[in-house]
Amino acid sequence: MIRHLLLGLLLALALTGPAWAVNPDERLADPVLEARARALGKSLRCLVCQNQSIDDSNADLAHDLRVLVRAQLTAGDSDAQVLAYLQARYGDYVLLKPPVDPATWALWFGPPAVLLIGGGVLVARRRDHPAAPIPLSAEERARLDLLMTDADE
Amino acid sequence: MPPENKSTLGRRLLFLLPVAAFVALAVTFALGLGHDPTMLKSAMIDKPAPAFALEPVMADKPGLARADLGGKPMLVNFFASWCAPCRVEHATLNGIAASGIPLVGIAYKDKLENAQRFLGDLGDPYQKIGLDLDGRTAIDFGVYGVPETYILDREGRIRFRYAGSLSDEVLKTEILPRLAALERP
Repeated sequence: MIRHLLLGLLLALALTGPAWAVNPDERLADPVLEARARALGKSLRCLVCQNQSIDDSNADLAHDLRVLVRAQLTAGDSDAQVLAYLQARYGDYVLLKPPVDPATWALWFGPPAVLLIGGGVLVARRRDHPAAPIPLSAEERARLDLLMTDADE
Repeated sequence: MPPENKSTLGRRLLFLLPVAAFVALAVTFALGLGHDPTMLKSAMIDKPAPAFALEPVMADKPGLARADLGGKPMLVNFFASWCAPCRVEHATLNGIAASGIPLVGIAYKDKLENAQRFLGDLGDPYQKIGLDLDGRTAIDFGVYGVPETYILDREGRIRFRYAGSLSDEVLKTEILPRLAALERP
């Protein structure tokens, strides 16, 4: 009996999805538009909760932005147009993925540059200091001496 | 100095490099912790105020539309009856109105009767007030949350945003000097 209950509980847990903040009344009837709205929502910062996307946040402003994104998609705007609209009002800060422009070059290209510099230094050091020859052991030295004296005779 | 000593000194310094890099990062992050993103410069600075037309809040005062902005430098204040910091800044707003500075208000996502009661209780400093029921006008202005106050120039362009509660001190240091600069011909 208990095993059946546990099994049922586990099955019920397996059926639960992640808890999105998107409320049922916000969702669009058109699944294609709704999927685009979800993708956009995940890439937009909730401005008052800072490190949540508007899809994840329960904040009022996040709700308003979700509704706005859906209204614009329904009106026929492209994804890029929706992003540009919000970027014009809230700046790059609203985008969770910062755009590549001169101000963010350090951010995008810094880590690979550091990796390249580090690799370059390693290679250069290898070239400057080739592995030191291993000194002969006493046995080898004795044999070499013997060979050398043999050759002299 | 023998050459060997010199190279070991150089090598020592090289080993310090990651430590120095770490300290620089730690300092950057420590400074970043105290950084308030709502104090970011608004992306709307130097852009014309967005188009909008809002219903009135008070029976004896007109609503607010884009056409009402400009002509002279003025302040646009976003407020709400449900917002505690708005209550705090209201005395300063009343002072602004008394000194004759043009000030218009936008009630952000507020119920009409609540906004009316709020202004009835605390005084109504606004020349015109619009009701932004769904918060769209606020989003068009780039508002994060109430209260926020914008300085507009005579062309109706947004020149400055103050996020948070105004005080007489903020008025003196942040708002009045900028208004005075805009009023110069």
